[in-house]
Amino acid sequence: MREITLSRAVNEAIAEEMRRDPTIFLMGEDVAEAGTPFKVLSGLVEEFGTERIIDTPISEPGFMGLAVGAAMTGSRPIVDLMFGDFLFLVMDQLCNQAAKIHYMSGGKLNVPLVLRTNLGATRRSAAQHSQSLHALVAHIPGLKVALPSSAYEAKGLMKTAIRDNNPVVIFEDKLMYNDKAPVPEEEYLIPFGQAAVLREGRDLTLVATSSMVQVARAAAEVLARDGISAEVIDPRTIVPLDEATILDSVRKTSRAIVIDEGHQSFGVSAEIAARISEKAFYHLDAPVLRFGAMDVPVPFSPALEDLTVPTPDRVAEAARRIVRGEMTDAA
Amino acid sequence: MAAAKRKTNTEAYLRMYRQMVRIRSFEDNANQLYLSARMPGLTHMYSGEEAVAVGICEALTDDDKITSTHRGHGHCVAKGAEFRQMFCELLGKEEGYCRGKGGSMHIADQSHGNLGANAIVGGSMGIATGAALSARLRGTDEVTVCFFGDGATAQGLWYEVMNMAALWKLPVIYACENNGYSEYTRTDEIAAGSLMKRAEAFGIEAHQVDGQDVLAVNDLAAKLVARARKGEGPFFIELETYRYHGHHVGDINRNYYRSKEEETIWKENRDPIVNFGVWLAKEGIATEADLQEIRDTVKADAEAAVAYALDAAYPPAAEVDMHVYAPDTAA
Repeated sequence: MREITLSRAVNEAIAEEMRRDPTIFLMGEDVAEAGTPFKVLSGLVEEFGTERIIDTPISEPGFMGLAVGAAMTGSRPIVDLMFGDFLFLVMDQLCNQAAKIHYMSGGKLNVPLVLRTNLGATRRSAAQHSQSLHALVAHIPGLKVALPSSAYEAKGLMKTAIRDNNPVVIFEDKLMYNDKAPVPEEEYLIPFGQAAVLREGRDLTLVATSSMVQVARAAAEVLARDGISAEVIDPRTIVPLDEATILDSVRKTSRAIVIDEGHQSFGVSAEIAARISEKAFYHLDAPVLRFGAMDVPVPFSPALEDLTVPTPDRVAEAARRIVRGEMTDAA
Repeated sequence: MAAAKRKTNTEAYLRMYRQMVRIRSFEDNANQLYLSARMPGLTHMYSGEEAVAVGICEALTDDDKITSTHRGHGHCVAKGAEFRQMFCELLGKEEGYCRGKGGSMHIADQSHGNLGANAIVGGSMGIATGAALSARLRGTDEVTVCFFGDGATAQGLWYEVMNMAALWKLPVIYACENNGYSEYTRTDEIAAGSLMKRAEAFGIEAHQVDGQDVLAVNDLAAKLVARARKGEGPFFIELETYRYHGHHVGDINRNYYRSKEEETIWKENRDPIVNFGVWLAKEGIATEADLQEIRDTVKADAEAAVAYALDAAYPPAAEVDMHVYAPDTAA
């Protein structure tokens, strides 16, 4: 199978959907000729024109609001939010408006929009361009949240997001845009709410999202050399969350570590860990552990920034300890 | 009264009179429901501002869109809504426009192009502008009117969306109902300079009109709507008006921010319904008896709708988590 970058996969997904459905348009800062700072959208304006690939002023709340109104009246907008950190700027339009309109109207109005943005630290971009803020939107009923971890997932989830009749926030890992993965030439979609078991194992379950899937896979490799068999599960969407696949795995392995790049406190890892504890408690041989970003603003200095994110070694070390039964009261 | 077309539009004149009476009657009943503790929550009365909503909505078709505000009953009635579903919504009943899930501050009536009231001051400015963008992208000649109060002119969102509307010549009309008070504060204490000039700074054509004179409002609105359809928008209208009640129905003691004398002057000299009725009689368009019959019929309609709504069923418990998400269309 051919291999393409995550960036190319996103571009293909959007182009294919725009060819299929003329009501789709895309708007954001520097999305047309510039093709975004990450060059993810290069070439789209040449094919679809400036009527459908719309460069906006640097007015995140404004163009987010426009997208909500357009989605309510027969268009299907894709909003490009240059950095996930800018979510704070669009929160009213996204969370008070888009997320609630279908419910508040008793099901009469729909808001079929996609907000594509990114997450991930260690790009030396400091505290306002490095955050992983997906927990914020996952907390708001009415929004769906997708977290692709490869080019393959990025394409299939983006196509599903565009066809969904609800507001969907899709986070790409900004460090993975140039990472290649096998992606079929023929069309495919990845349904929401279906986790992927990326590696089978019997001793413990590593549940990892987005950028942390690489960390989990690397940890599993290390553990395999020690004779520990780790299962790696990628939820792919956290809203909706495929609880069944996670619980089935934990019932088999009896141990779980959840790894997510959001801040560790009050986050996605806590939510998934809590569900495992509630619903698979009697199958557990060890406390469910969480790994997230440290509860500090992301520092600029590489010497400090690298300390703030989970690493394969730290995950593997924790895994060894719970497998050996050394952490029965250490959660 | 600014009326060049006298006697040629009898049907439209009487429809506007009747619609203004319907708004006043709706609000009188809503106020009574609150005062007699039969309405959950509270509500914001439109009484006194009827000529604004009616004068503008008379210039629109059902395909044209409006966005409304927390003080939104007037816009909803003027855009064609029925009393029965409106009172049901105010009382949280299943037969309400939004199945009781929106209430007074979120009534939406999609069938007549009302995209909904909004409980965030200025929150619908993006939605209105996005509806206008969508109208153009979909190749229609629909026009969107964005109603908001003088208080909302302090929100930054307005300046972001006006900028885009002007850049892209969108068919949107920003209708500022300047009732002189931003909640409990005089508007001249919160607004520097001129509201008109704020719109003009973006190159947007701005107009000022007496918001108590339904014919003047309608005359201006009809011209601007027709021009917006031809791509000459956007436009801004500042409508000088007055709210008879407090910020909301519970705002009874208002002496600390405005005097009884001021309220009396507006009610006795500038009431939009009384003054239009006098003009209709003077011009021989309707007799006082005709107008009394309209008022009596509307009053009976409103009372019957209230009685119906009071007896109507609440939504069943199973509704509580319905309509959080719209059905998927993903393959």
